[in-house]
Amino acid sequence: MTVWLHIVAIVLLASLGGALWRVWRGRSQADRMMAAQLIGTSGVAVLIVLAALQDWTLLVVAFALALLAALAAVGFVTSQSPDGAGDPEEAHPPKGWRDRGRNG
Amino acid sequence: MADLATYLLTGLGLVFFIAGTVGLVRFPDQFSRLHALTKGDNLGLGFIALGVAFQAESWAQLAMLALIWVLALLAAGTVAQLVARAALTEQDKP
Amino acid sequence: MSVALDITLCALVLGVGWATVAGHGVFRAVIFFITYGLLLAIVWARLGAYDVALAEAAISAGLTGVLLLAAHGRLRRLNASQEVPLHLNLPAAVVAVGIAAGLGWAWFALPAPTAPDLSQALPQSGVGNPVTAVLLNFRAWDTLLESVILLAALLGLWMLARDHAWDKPLGLPYHARPGGVLASFGRVLPPIGLIFGVYLVWAGADTTGGAFQGGTVLAAVCLVTIMAGVLHAPRVEQAAWRAALVLGPGVFVLSGIAGAVFAQGFLALPPALAKPAIVTIEAALTVSIAVTLVLLVIGPPDEGEQDA
Repeated sequence: MTVWLHIVAIVLLASLGGALWRVWRGRSQADRMMAAQLIGTSGVAVLIVLAALQDWTLLVVAFALALLAALAAVGFVTSQSPDGAGDPEEAHPPKGWRDRGRNG
Repeated sequence: MADLATYLLTGLGLVFFIAGTVGLVRFPDQFSRLHALTKGDNLGLGFIALGVAFQAESWAQLAMLALIWVLALLAAGTVAQLVARAALTEQDKP
Repeated sequence: MSVALDITLCALVLGVGWATVAGHGVFRAVIFFITYGLLLAIVWARLGAYDVALAEAAISAGLTGVLLLAAHGRLRRLNASQEVPLHLNLPAAVVAVGIAAGLGWAWFALPAPTAPDLSQALPQSGVGNPVTAVLLNFRAWDTLLESVILLAALLGLWMLARDHAWDKPLGLPYHARPGGVLASFGRVLPPIGLIFGVYLVWAGADTTGGAFQGGTVLAAVCLVTIMAGVLHAPRVEQAAWRAALVLGPGVFVLSGIAGAVFAQGFLALPPALAKPAIVTIEAALTVSIAVTLVLLVIGPPDEGEQDA
């Protein structure tokens, strides 16, 4: 079983390496962000396998990674919006967003 | 018996992970790539977690594994929607 | 088999490290750096340093990525150059290679350190996690100064605010579509993160976790609520938030003085009182670390780039 779990971890890392190619190549920023997302999911899987191999305490690390998996992507879409503080679902930014205060 | 389940399920998980990566590398446009990795990877993670769960020693570990998968699904669903939307508005721009 | 796993991991770390500094394009470098943090967390996990792996995972996934992507977004809105100069920066390269060579030399030349045997001192520290014992008891001095450094960094950042923006809320005015995916995410994630963060602080006394890891997780979920427009960022003048910033260092210094008056010396903890004292200091530190990290990431008071 130990040997098999090592193989699983290595194949997961290799698949993670494949996603790195997409980060290098692009072309769009969304592509790179999604590749980073895939790498995050693979990282969670690797940590789960390592938990079974080494120490179940590692599940806490995997949990932290899964909890915060979406943060970078949320930061990405927010920073890509016209004023750097919006939500891509607000299809057209509200009129006069430059002058709008917090309570506007 | 438990070991056999681990072999099968983690193996199946690997297949989905590899499929997700191949999709990310080979698919022609960014929306199909988004689709490939969001579905492939999280199914893969589910199978890996399920496979590893057969080696778990306590109920707390099983609960952790299940929660990790649920959180990953929540993150993946959110990210897929938001990134696709951001890419769409990006395309509208001249 | 485990050697093959470690070699794969090392190759990935080196490859991603190289890809971060090579090539041009700020955005690509940022994404590679986020990946680099994730791989480092796996490396720490392999090395058995679970507390460090947890801190690395929380910092890189939760905070650094958001910070760097926000910086990239601002560069883009200001129409600043997105290109990294490709020519070799010779002085920087010489310094970097020199430091690497010096560290490599020191690794082989210096005698292996004879660490004091923790297992004998651990029962007197009041906690079961050796990392927490070192951080908050045996080497509490370092941790106290680190908590002050975080505060100093925030003050330095606030000095970048413009005069007319000083009484405005910190950071950008975030907003989201009501009932949309982002707004819902900003409401679903924080309760889970809150429980997990508090669990990490509590469990840190005896197993993996601690004030810094818990504080980082709390900061990250607080950041989500702010970016999803659910919570509004505070203003500099709000006294409660300032109190939260100094709570940790304040409680730490007070317990240090109490040690000087009633026990053997500054920051000394009598074994009988060590556990409650450490848990109190950790709880206060967690609040301060979480608030400081959130305010560091969202930045100084800002009204957006209307004058850009």
